[in-house]
Amino acid sequence: MDLTSTYEALSAIPAQDLSFWQDFFMKFYRAFIESSRWQQYIEGVGTTLLVTAMALVLGIVLGIVVAMIRTAHDQQRPGHHNPILFILNLICKIYVTIIRGTPMMVQLLIMGLVIFANSRNFTMVGALTLGINSGAYVAEIIRGGLMSVDKGQMEAGRSLGLNYIQTMRFIVVPQAIKAILPALGNEFIVLLKDTSLITVIGGKELLYAARGIMNRTYEQMLPLLGTAAIYLVLVMIFSWLLGILERRLRQSDRR
Amino acid sequence: MIDVKNLSKSFGDHLVLDDISEHIHPGEKVVIIGPSGSGKSTFLRCLNLLETPSAGTITFEGTDITDPKTDINKMRQQMGMVFQHFNLFPNMTIQKNITLAPVQTGLMKQAEADELALQLLRRVGLEEKAAAYPNQLSGGQKQRIAIVRALAMKPKVMLFDEPTSALDPEMVGEVLDVMKQLAEEGMTMVVVTHEMGFAREVGDRVLFMADGKIVEQNIPAEIFTNPREERTKSFLSKVL
Repeated sequence: MDLTSTYEALSAIPAQDLSFWQDFFMKFYRAFIESSRWQQYIEGVGTTLLVTAMALVLGIVLGIVVAMIRTAHDQQRPGHHNPILFILNLICKIYVTIIRGTPMMVQLLIMGLVIFANSRNFTMVGALTLGINSGAYVAEIIRGGLMSVDKGQMEAGRSLGLNYIQTMRFIVVPQAIKAILPALGNEFIVLLKDTSLITVIGGKELLYAARGIMNRTYEQMLPLLGTAAIYLVLVMIFSWLLGILERRLRQSDRR
Repeated sequence: MIDVKNLSKSFGDHLVLDDISEHIHPGEKVVIIGPSGSGKSTFLRCLNLLETPSAGTITFEGTDITDPKTDINKMRQQMGMVFQHFNLFPNMTIQKNITLAPVQTGLMKQAEADELALQLLRRVGLEEKAAAYPNQLSGGQKQRIAIVRALAMKPKVMLFDEPTSALDPEMVGEVLDVMKQLAEEGMTMVVVTHEMGFAREVGDRVLFMADGKIVEQNIPAEIFTNPREERTKSFLSKVL
């Protein structure tokens, strides 16, 4: 049976006379089907994934840079203090402290309403903020992974005459990646869900679309539950993909 | 070959090496013995600057390696080191473990390094392990590979930091055999060990260290039968 004609037929009946299922159908129709609203959710999901991808790339790039600076600084030989590295390390420490010490929501509001107050491109401002935020966490994850590699590995590499960067590249980093990956996957999932926060500065992602529909239909439950379900499905898909990746890596770990 | 002058090393307030001066001649096999905490490992690790001395100088073939301007990587390429815990690279095959450093430091081409690796593996009887990963080997095999890995850099001196201390007793022999063979070929060796039999058999000179100092040194025959210092006597009476 055609949904639209059913909806029109039911619309003629006064609301208090509808059965539970008829009422549910009306709400569902208004939340997802009327004026092709489902397209707005799909657009929202598209933006959510785009923002996640951009923030992830920015976060990983920032994270790698910060982790490398901090690790290189900490691993200097005693008596060899590079002043440039000292300043860079200080900047990185301040960055990590501020980002981890303040709420994500406050960071978003500061970026959206103060620093980029004149920008109309709310989605990009949101992606930028999320990326900067994620970078601090990724940096600590990577640094932890690098530190988890046995000190003897660096010593063995250096004793063979390899320099610091060669030892890192061929010996330490490949071993650290295995330790880092699960935590990094977790960070990615947190990031995916945190994109919903950019709606507070007007970023047009999934939750923004749901809120727009709620304002037009005066109906809260189904758009919100629908949004939650979409996030859940996304997270489950990515968790599954990460699981496959981890198993792949473990296979190469021959014992 | 290696000249150590007034070497001191402290970790915080703790003085581990106290004003040591020593000379290691080309071709010499120097064995360092002593109780744990005497600074013997730290002394060895200072020789290739894995530990940075707090004071004093170390000269390797006329180059002051403690000078910050010295390219320490170039120096380390000529000094092989074998560790107590092997420190093989678990993320690569045995072959790659051996050829990585010679190729990356520009010492030789990959093909040449592969050839050398096989030749060295054959020498220690492990050529069939070239494609294996370190985790598939026994402790004794790992340590023999670690020695081969250091030798692939064609070093002028080999430093051994308690190479048999982490091994099961039955595997000690196979590692010591490789070291003896190396000694017979004329390699300059500095060995920190608890293997008194090895010290006696292979050493040209035995240094007894305690409390950050070289308390006594002599040829093995003398130091094991006629120790002069009280400290040496009490140590040897416990380990022999």
